[in-house]
Amino acid sequence: MDSIYNDLNAPHSMGTTIIGVTYDGGVVLGADSRTSTGMYVANRASDKITQLTDNVYICRSGSAADSQVLSDYVRYYLHQHTIQLGQPATVKVAANLVRMVSYNNKNMLQTGLIVGGWDKYEGGKIYGIPLGGTLLEQPFTIGGSGSSYLYGFFDQVWKEGMTQDEAEKLVVKAVSLAIARDGASGGVVRTVTINKDGVSRKFYPGNTLPLWHEELEAKDSLLDSLSATSPEPMVS
Amino acid sequence: MSRFEESAPARGGFSFDLCKRNEMLMQKGLKPSSYLKTGTTIVGLVFQDGVILGADTRATEGPIVADKNCEKIHYMAPNIYCCGAGTAADTEAVTDMVSSQLKLHRFHTGRESRVVTALTLLKSHLFSYQGHVSAALVLGGVDVTGPHLHTIYPHGSTDTLPFATMGSGSLAAMAIFESKYREGLTRDEGVKLVAEAICSGIFNDLGSGSNVDVCVITKGNREYLRNYMLPNPRTYVSEKGYSFSKKTEVLLTKITPLRELVEVIEGGDAMEE
Repeated sequence: MDSIYNDLNAPHSMGTTIIGVTYDGGVVLGADSRTSTGMYVANRASDKITQLTDNVYICRSGSAADSQVLSDYVRYYLHQHTIQLGQPATVKVAANLVRMVSYNNKNMLQTGLIVGGWDKYEGGKIYGIPLGGTLLEQPFTIGGSGSSYLYGFFDQVWKEGMTQDEAEKLVVKAVSLAIARDGASGGVVRTVTINKDGVSRKFYPGNTLPLWHEELEAKDSLLDSLSATSPEPMVS
Repeated sequence: MSRFEESAPARGGFSFDLCKRNEMLMQKGLKPSSYLKTGTTIVGLVFQDGVILGADTRATEGPIVADKNCEKIHYMAPNIYCCGAGTAADTEAVTDMVSSQLKLHRFHTGRESRVVTALTLLKSHLFSYQGHVSAALVLGGVDVTGPHLHTIYPHGSTDTLPFATMGSGSLAAMAIFESKYREGLTRDEGVKLVAEAICSGIFNDLGSGSNVDVCVITKGNREYLRNYMLPNPRTYVSEKGYSFSKKTEVLLTKITPLRELVEVIEGGDAMEE
């Protein structure tokens, strides 16, 4: 009992599965929605994909407080930068600002981030910024505690030049797989698709996600499945 | 004079100098002073016309109930209230501080305060103290942009939710909300649900108890229902009565009104050169 009470004062962390994927024409960002304090789910419907500018979004994982404050700072810097530049900020600039804050405060912050967006110079780009503040431009990237279960999946399924539909389906499938295996990920799946036409947010409630072979359809009684295939007894 | 300068922190922010002293004292055998915590169940929900906040009224000091009827719903602005769980001093201090900042902001802007303003002020203060200010808050209010409900954790992270619970009794109260909450509740249904959730905390959590406080905030109006429910009345009163022990002697019963120090003259002429 005591451990539950102690854990309620634990820092608010997002167990999390976050994914960023490029496709032909843009990017798709995906995340689960579980925020936990120790063993208690503090928010089962959180939004981990935060807006930085009209065309750049960031997926947050790790300490909720650290990632929220970091996103707020970078949103403010990007706003200033857009005014000074006179045109929308590029994804590369946004990612670099996130990396600067993350690297320069590496001793105090504990947050892994994925920056994704679309600009007219480079098109759709995904940048991974894990703990420590490395900046890596990648065609796709995964993060959070649930990502451990997805490395093999992506190695198998990833291909260049997918369509928007294929990319969205891939992201939803991947997050659902991670939710099935990772205790710290759960809730709903949120995706954000960014391309030259703008931004579109999608939301997949838990009960619409595809089932996997360990999860069975609810049955009324086990006897139903038994009676369906009962073999004839052997007659000698 | 240089000694005074050394004791003040060189830069802004928290000075951890006294922590070493405290550690040394504890090693020498001094028991650390316990602080007043509000065990607590605090809740909030959004209903069709605004937000409703609820709280229990027990303040604990370790295993002892220090205050049977404390106030956990703090005033922030005429249209914003904040429930606080955690260390009582921290919740009081941080809500008072942000309440003053909001008042000054209202003077500067000439407008009604917004809930997100209070949220940002609270979250930046708590984040800069890295969780050492132990205040877990449920902030709710109605402003020009509509009704808002937020939870704020000691480390500075926030969530925006249609219904929220915090404190040691949060699991008991969340169980009630998860089974009975729906969108578009009326005022009476909302107040009843909030009272039920707080009662669930009061009866099932040892850190929460005594009475239920409720605060209903709607556009342009708020009702602070202090002690809305008293489900723990003192039922046993001794028939023998409560008398003073034999050694106690009443010396004098006389009430002396304090002398007025200042004479207020009504009217009077304005000062002139």
